[in-house]
This record gives sequence, structure tokens and C-alpha cells, in this order.
Amino acid sequence: MKQALAAPPGEPRDESGPIFREPWEAQAFAMTLALYERGLFTWPEWAEALAVEISAAQTSGDPDLGDTYYRHWLAALEKLVAEKGASSPEELTRYRRACIDTVAG
Amino acid sequence: MERRVRALRTVLAEKGYIDPAALDVLIDTYERKTGPRNGARVVARAWVDAEFRNWLLRDATAAIASLGYTGRQGEHMVALENTASCHNLVVCTLCSCYPWPVLGLPPTWYKSAPYRARAVKDPRGVLADFGIRLPESTEIRVWDSTAEVRYLVIPQRPPGTDTLSEEQLAACVTRDSMIGTGLARPP
Repeated sequence: MKQALAAPPGEPRDESGPIFREPWEAQAFAMTLALYERGLFTWPEWAEALAVEISAAQTSGDPDLGDTYYRHWLAALEKLVAEKGASSPEELTRYRRACIDTVAG
Repeated sequence: MERRVRALRTVLAEKGYIDPAALDVLIDTYERKTGPRNGARVVARAWVDAEFRNWLLRDATAAIASLGYTGRQGEHMVALENTASCHNLVVCTLCSCYPWPVLGLPPTWYKSAPYRARAVKDPRGVLADFGIRLPESTEIRVWDSTAEVRYLVIPQRPPGTDTLSEEQLAACVTRDSMIGTGLARPP
């Protein structure tokens, strides 16, 4: 318990608190704010999408100690974006493949 | 994960849902400009200015906005004052709702399942894990955040701080003390 409450090792932080562990976490966070401001979804809708993702991860065995948080965040965002018609799982998969090609090329 | 985010960002930017340059500004704001220091300034003001304190307790959203801290998820704020007889502790049992404009990004433990579950069932035990022991006579109230309501705890002002400036007082206010898992530290 105590360990779960303390900051997990490896979490980058400064005196005032945590910072993003990796750049993609910051990107996922900022995209969510930007889409909310644009009115794509409401905060209650977002909170529900995130809660669903977190509880699904717990059910499938994630101890959910906070370090996998942005994975759930990103999954929730992808689903909500598809639900709202801004994209689709197929389209995102296609773009992911395109990213590999870009990196390889 | 990097690739998944990049794909999502590219799709949304191409369709005009997001502006990549605006995202960078947002990230910079949350990483550097906001954060617990904003909340600390709110608390310090409440300690030195009784009128502001009353306003904060009555309408935290407006009082906090008057200091320039507004926006996004902090719109509906409620301030909770700790006293000798009552200690407030904030949690989000559902996910991790958090008053970003005043506290920045939530620490990892705030997002963890053990904290979210145990803060409600055993708040005294949680406080003990953070090194805080309160007298049995002190009531502990646990507040569950939602997408609509966010809480800011006003910790008790440490003794012996009568001569400090507002700025020096703000330095006594830790992030954890504004969540309720800590106390303001002596200067």
C-alpha cells in the first residue's frame, strides 16, 4: 500500500510535482484539451470514457498504479474521437502504418 | 504509443480538428506556467485576506478566477477549509478528476487504484501512509471529485508565520496540502 501511494520509481518530477514521462503523454493530454475546447465532447463524456477504459484495464489484470494512466487516456481518446465521427479505428490504423513507412523511408 | 499518438494527431490536424502549434502552447502552459504554485497563491491570499477567504469559501470559482487562474477543467471549483476539528481529503474514485488550473497535473499516486479505493474506506490509514497523524477528535471528510466539481483544500496556516509576506506564505503551501494528503509546511 505504502509503495502504491508513493511516487513510483522513474516518474520524472520536479519539486512542484510530476511532469510527463514521455512526449506522447503530453501530446495525448493536450489533444484532449484542444478537442474539448472545440466542443467535440463534454467533460462528463470524457470522464466516462476514461473511467470505462480504466475499469476495463483493471478487469484484465492491470494493477492500475498510475503508471499506465496515459495508455488508458489515449485509448479513451481514440474511442471517443471515433464515436464522435472525427475519425475511425480503420483510419487510425491506416495512419499508424503510414507513420511506419515515413520513419522507415 | 508514440506512433499511435502521432497517427491520431495527424488525422485530427488534417481534418482541422486541432492545430499542432496550439498543442505545443498548451503543453508548455501546463508544464511550466500552471501547477501547484497557482493554488499556493490562492491559499496564501486566503490566509492574509479575510474578505478573500470568505469569497473563496462562498464562490471559489469566481475568487480563483480573480487571480487569473481560470479555464478548462477548473471552472466549477469548491474550496474546503481545514480546521483543528475538520480535515478535508480529496479523491476521484471514478478516474482522476483534478483541478488542473490551480494544481497542474495530478501526481501518479492520485491516479492509482489503491489511493482511489482506500481514501474513501480508510482515510486515516491513507493519511498515515503520507506521514500525517491527526488527533482522533479531528473529523476527516472525504470529497469525491467529478467532471463537474473540483475541490481545493485550504490547509491550516502553520503557527509562527504572522510576520511572513504573502509570497513567503505561498512557499509553505505544498501540492499535497491542497489535496489533503499533506499539511502546509512551517517556513
